[in-house]
Amino acid sequence: MKTVTFRISRGDATGSKLVDYTTEVSEGMVVLDVVHKIQAEQANDMACRWNCKAGKCGSCSAEINGMPKLMCMTRLDQIPIDKPVTIEPMKAFPRLRDLVTDVSWNFRVKKKIKKFNPRPPDAPDGTWRMQQEDIDRVQEFRKCIECFLCQDVCHVLRDHDKHEEFIGPRYLVYTAALEMHPLDTEDRLPELKQAHGIGFCNITKCCTKVCPEHITITDNAIIPLKERVVDEFYDPLGWLWKLLRKKE
Amino acid sequence: MTNYETFEYDVLVIGAGGAGLRAAIEASAAGVTVGLVCKSLLGKAHTVMAEGGMAAAMGNVDDRDNWKVHFADTMRGGQYVNNWRMAELHAKEAPDRVHELEAWGAVFDRTKDGKILQRNFGGHRYPRLAHVGDRTGLELIRTLQDHGIHQGINVHMEYTIVTLLKDGDRVVGAFGYDRERGRFRVFRTKAIVMATGGLGRAYKITTNSWEGTGDGVSLAYHAGAELMDMEFIQFHPTGMVWPPSVKGILVTEAVRGEGGVLRNKDGKRFMFDDIPDNYKSQTSDNPEEGWRYTQGDKNAKRPPELLTRDHVARCINREVKEGRGSPHGGVFLDIAWIKEKIPNAAEHIKKKLPSMYHQFIQLANLDITKEPMEIGPTTHYAMGGIRVDGETQMSSVPGLFAAGECAAGLHGANRLGGNSLSDLIVFGKRAGEFAAKFAKENDFAALDLTQVEAAEQEALEPFGRAAAAEGPYRVQYDLQDMMQSLVGIVRREDEMVRACDEVEKLKARAAKVVVHGHREYNPGWHTALDLKHLLTCAEAITRCSLDRKESRGGHFREDFPEKDAEAAKVNTVVWKAADGSMKLRREAITEMPAELKQVIEDMK
Repeated sequence: MKTVTFRISRGDATGSKLVDYTTEVSEGMVVLDVVHKIQAEQANDMACRWNCKAGKCGSCSAEINGMPKLMCMTRLDQIPIDKPVTIEPMKAFPRLRDLVTDVSWNFRVKKKIKKFNPRPPDAPDGTWRMQQEDIDRVQEFRKCIECFLCQDVCHVLRDHDKHEEFIGPRYLVYTAALEMHPLDTEDRLPELKQAHGIGFCNITKCCTKVCPEHITITDNAIIPLKERVVDEFYDPLGWLWKLLRKKE
Repeated sequence: MTNYETFEYDVLVIGAGGAGLRAAIEASAAGVTVGLVCKSLLGKAHTVMAEGGMAAAMGNVDDRDNWKVHFADTMRGGQYVNNWRMAELHAKEAPDRVHELEAWGAVFDRTKDGKILQRNFGGHRYPRLAHVGDRTGLELIRTLQDHGIHQGINVHMEYTIVTLLKDGDRVVGAFGYDRERGRFRVFRTKAIVMATGGLGRAYKITTNSWEGTGDGVSLAYHAGAELMDMEFIQFHPTGMVWPPSVKGILVTEAVRGEGGVLRNKDGKRFMFDDIPDNYKSQTSDNPEEGWRYTQGDKNAKRPPELLTRDHVARCINREVKEGRGSPHGGVFLDIAWIKEKIPNAAEHIKKKLPSMYHQFIQLANLDITKEPMEIGPTTHYAMGGIRVDGETQMSSVPGLFAAGECAAGLHGANRLGGNSLSDLIVFGKRAGEFAAKFAKENDFAALDLTQVEAAEQEALEPFGRAAAAEGPYRVQYDLQDMMQSLVGIVRREDEMVRACDEVEKLKARAAKVVVHGHREYNPGWHTALDLKHLLTCAEAITRCSLDRKESRGGHFREDFPEKDAEAAKVNTVVWKAADGSMKLRREAITEMPAELKQVIEDMK
């Protein structure tokens, strides 16, 4: 048995402090196991969010030694444990208590994005036909577990606090999944340009790096959306074409 | 109710997994006001953990499939103590419910001709599971969530209900707290849909998350509803066994559906040794044929690894007990071997089982495309729960409906893989529909303040106790250890009699636990309040298991290892008597109509 010290950020919206907890750990443990052990043995009232403990629900997001990660998928042998391990809540959202943040903003943002709107069914029995190769990209986006680590790491939200003007990587991926869905007929480009602020993203790819589902957020979702917005609103030839078509 | 913030909804749905969301969507579409309470954030419920798929006889891959085959498979898997009406409705309605998900944006894997792809699973005669790789549950919950948020449903995230409120026989409200601040809330309602999922946390080794504490089953029981079939607990044959911290986490049956095989430490495929008589005609007796089955050969019979979960779990248990297990007390599940059969096997495995690949790489440092996994049985699913009417999903308490895992009936003594996700959408919809109907036909009733005050007092008691008293976690761990060892996968009279005593002792301890700190997001307090639910479920499981003196499905008695024809005619029902004690009776199963009997006969 080894011992490890966890330096856990405790507190609420009014203030916080780092508290050291030392406990014994065994082989194969993940950070969440240690947090649970401390919670059960030393700090019954320490708040942390978790559900599946298998990287599928995206509840236990936190910053481990400053890196946004899922606590349940971070094994102790992947981080240095010979010195104290710092565990803090996500910084891009207001803290409720200890490791739990108020992520309700994300749920409000999603509601503002126009819902899926399919074309009429392809077959008389009310079903559709799609080829696997046409949905591979959308399925990649739909792997998202809504852990909000990409939102947490995004400097537009984290450092510049543009929560009112920018929907963040998660909802650009969500929009991309809808826009690239072979059945969808809705147009979300005007609001993407305006209210949802896609222009704020300057493709630093931090979101892609922290995604626990390995979704290539920037390259596969955000850049193609930016291209669509450019084609729609800024391409001079396209503009002319649309103008002429309107006149006809 | 001046002291409490009070919300008023025609229909209140408790639980926001697949069943709860589907019920809320349906009730809302019927034009009534709907509140949805979830213990976690929206979209995080245990449904996300479902991997393999949802069973629906669409016949996209094998056109011999239809509702009759699905019905017969479900009844055979449940060993004929199922609510046959539910099994019939489920088989008939599942395809429409799956197509509806597609209309709401779900993106299932496709066949070559562009239809929804279906895969093989244990106990299903034909490839039947609509799926998205091995993350079908996530696709289901996200689709319902993203559709549901535009339906005018009012969602209360991170709220916990601690008691239901009654007016005479009827449920008329609920009382709970919000996690964030620990403030008490009152819900006034005409009908309630209970959709709280499972109770796996009553056991030490389980696939269930912290939420699976049987809240709905217990809330309904204490509100006077009857519970049924509580002895039937599904131990999933394949949970992770190593490292210790991940013990119990689910390894999807799809691994076996894609050709994975079970071996003991001698490298032997032991499942060929023990094929039950009622499955002999559909099960292959040689590895070659089994492999062809998993690769879509319609003339091949299924390999014995895809027998029902109860049977596979017991075979694994036997191998381990008789000393043929793997180093960490399980057996080997090998999908890497298929490299002998197909080129690019590693890529194929990663494509078909992406989350399994990641789960093992990240948690066990093991590459499943190269090495076999170590797996063992884990508490997975409660077939039993709230006794409901098969058509409407209403419990024995007027106005109280239930759907999904917390309801009983569809799965009988053993659930087939893939029948859970389809259960959620078929009966979630029905519960929502009939709850809305009930709400339209009934008025709000006055709430009884004394019930609310008593519940509040009970909920706050743990704060006032002596600081030196025991904490709630200790009691929870001891309960889990006790159930694991005394009412687990193999059961015996003497051990279960002891378990009954233990439950009483644990109840006494739970009544004395102390909680430190304050009410804001305090997991110690939440654990203390969940203990009542866990103990209620543990008592019901134990009593029902003691009473069923035979072995059937998920209920295996070492002292009664055979099936008993008389026991096949009854369900076990428990309810709370006026004096607060748990009463039990054997309820005769109503006779199946001749046409359904004929279906079962034809499919034999």
